[in-house]
Amino acid sequence: MADQVLKTHNLCAHYGDFQALFDLDLSIAEGEVIAIIGANGAGKTTLMRSIAGLNSNNAEQIVYRDEPIGALRADQVATKGIALVPEGRQLFPSLSVEENLIIGGRVGRKGPWNLKALYQLFPILEERRNQPSTSLSGGQQQMVAIGRALMANPDLILFDEISLGLAPVIIKTIYDALPNIIDDGMSAVIVEQDISKALAVSARFYCLQEGRVALEGDSQTVEREAISRAYFGVH
Amino acid sequence: MSIENMHVTRRSKASLIASFAAVIILVILISAPLWAGRADMRLMAELFLYLSLATLWNLMAGYAGLVSVGQQAYVGFGGYMLFSLTMFAGLSPVVALIGVAILGGLVSIPIAALVFRLHGAYFAIGTWVIAEVFRLTFAQVSSLGGGSGTSLPISIIKSMADGRAARESLSYWLALGVMVAVILAVYLFLRSRKGLALSAIRDNELAASSLGINIWRTKFLVYVITAALTSVVGALIFLQKLRISPDAAFSVNDWTAFVIFIVVIGGIGTLEGPIIGTLVYFLMRETLADLGTTYLIALGVVAIVIMLKAPKGLWGIIRDRWDLQLFPLGYRVQTTQSKKGS
Repeated sequence: MADQVLKTHNLCAHYGDFQALFDLDLSIAEGEVIAIIGANGAGKTTLMRSIAGLNSNNAEQIVYRDEPIGALRADQVATKGIALVPEGRQLFPSLSVEENLIIGGRVGRKGPWNLKALYQLFPILEERRNQPSTSLSGGQQQMVAIGRALMANPDLILFDEISLGLAPVIIKTIYDALPNIIDDGMSAVIVEQDISKALAVSARFYCLQEGRVALEGDSQTVEREAISRAYFGVH
Repeated sequence: MSIENMHVTRRSKASLIASFAAVIILVILISAPLWAGRADMRLMAELFLYLSLATLWNLMAGYAGLVSVGQQAYVGFGGYMLFSLTMFAGLSPVVALIGVAILGGLVSIPIAALVFRLHGAYFAIGTWVIAEVFRLTFAQVSSLGGGSGTSLPISIIKSMADGRAARESLSYWLALGVMVAVILAVYLFLRSRKGLALSAIRDNELAASSLGINIWRTKFLVYVITAALTSVVGALIFLQKLRISPDAAFSVNDWTAFVIFIVVIGGIGTLEGPIIGTLVYFLMRETLADLGTTYLIALGVVAIVIMLKAPKGLWGIIRDRWDLQLFPLGYRVQTTQSKKGS
């Protein structure tokens, strides 16, 4: 198996007083795309927040390229090369589209992504570059959120609820763009409610249920029946 | 109307007119010693210094989310440092201002390390406590007059310029210069990359941090810059007064409560707000101050009404009604009158 870019060891995390993750073990190989699926409240977003440094954990619970990062702050995690496309996009409303993207490039990592490359990927953003980010449609805002994360030239990109609340045609545009994004050996974690979309773009998947891994496996060969059982916790 | 003849710009007609108007007003203000009386010049200088304080407090509270109730620490510190540097180190008052800025910035570093451990209301109270510590400390320094304070020696006052009129002009120009410098500095800071990060933090702290913005360091930088500039303003305030005492120097009413009033009624988080707020405050003060307590009640009522009816302040009302923007910080969509042929 290829080198692991990220591993979690017995990862536990809390959402307020509520324990959202229990002893989670998962791994992502270099250049691999994995999907995290599961029902609402299964702990998907808490997992993303923990990896991105927005929840604090014990250092050894999250290891990035042999380096324990569980205890680092979010901005330190970002400079290591992990970028988050947060749920609900979380753009900066008082900044323009281009300023949102420029903020993403602040960590100053070298790589293929810059404003020019992004405008090639999502030409609509170049047309709208000077508009306030809030004046864009939901799908265009999602493109800004993805672009903002790519501007950091991450080695690992985390997509949280990438298609939530978007029109099907926009979801298709964004999924069509994904292979171009991940092409350069970037690893990716995709959190998605739409199971068939998630399985189609990923090599492996983890299905979470109430904060634990209920099922993991190969995205292409897994039986739908098995996923349904893991998803809803039917034994 | 098709999309081609629309474009987006930071500038607007209003911001262009405003920058022309600003230049004209500036020329008129610079020439004030030619046309204004002594009392008017003193009043205007005080207005400039209040506007500087308000702009700086607005940068901290309105852009960086640091609601300090202890900026009088730096006003008083700046005043005392001006007196010390001129009286004990023999610097001329104008040169001493540079030293005051450096000292103000330096002293704020350990204080920031301390008060940044606190958040929200605790931060506000913490900054106030620090200011009280400053007041009590300077009241102990007997060479600066202890609790009763001291006056600037005549020889130092005379060294500023020949004759009273020249001195008063110089001190007026210094106040005007500091105001212009503070507003320009804040404007340029907000347009810089650091300023972009600051806006991002204000908009969404979580998203900003996950994009690699060190929130602590950005706020720290704002705090230290503000402290340095507030100290310079404080030095000029007491250079006008020629006398300093701990109670006047570290007054929470004069240097923080009125400043918060100005920013809140003008419009927090905008550069225009403090300007309007300062004008309204001075208008009220000059017309109502003789009423004593009634004046303070009137200030309080105005503040309450504006907070309830127009939380974005007077500038918020103006901006919403006429879509104005004097400092080109935001963006707007414009239609171009098709000059490039039909």
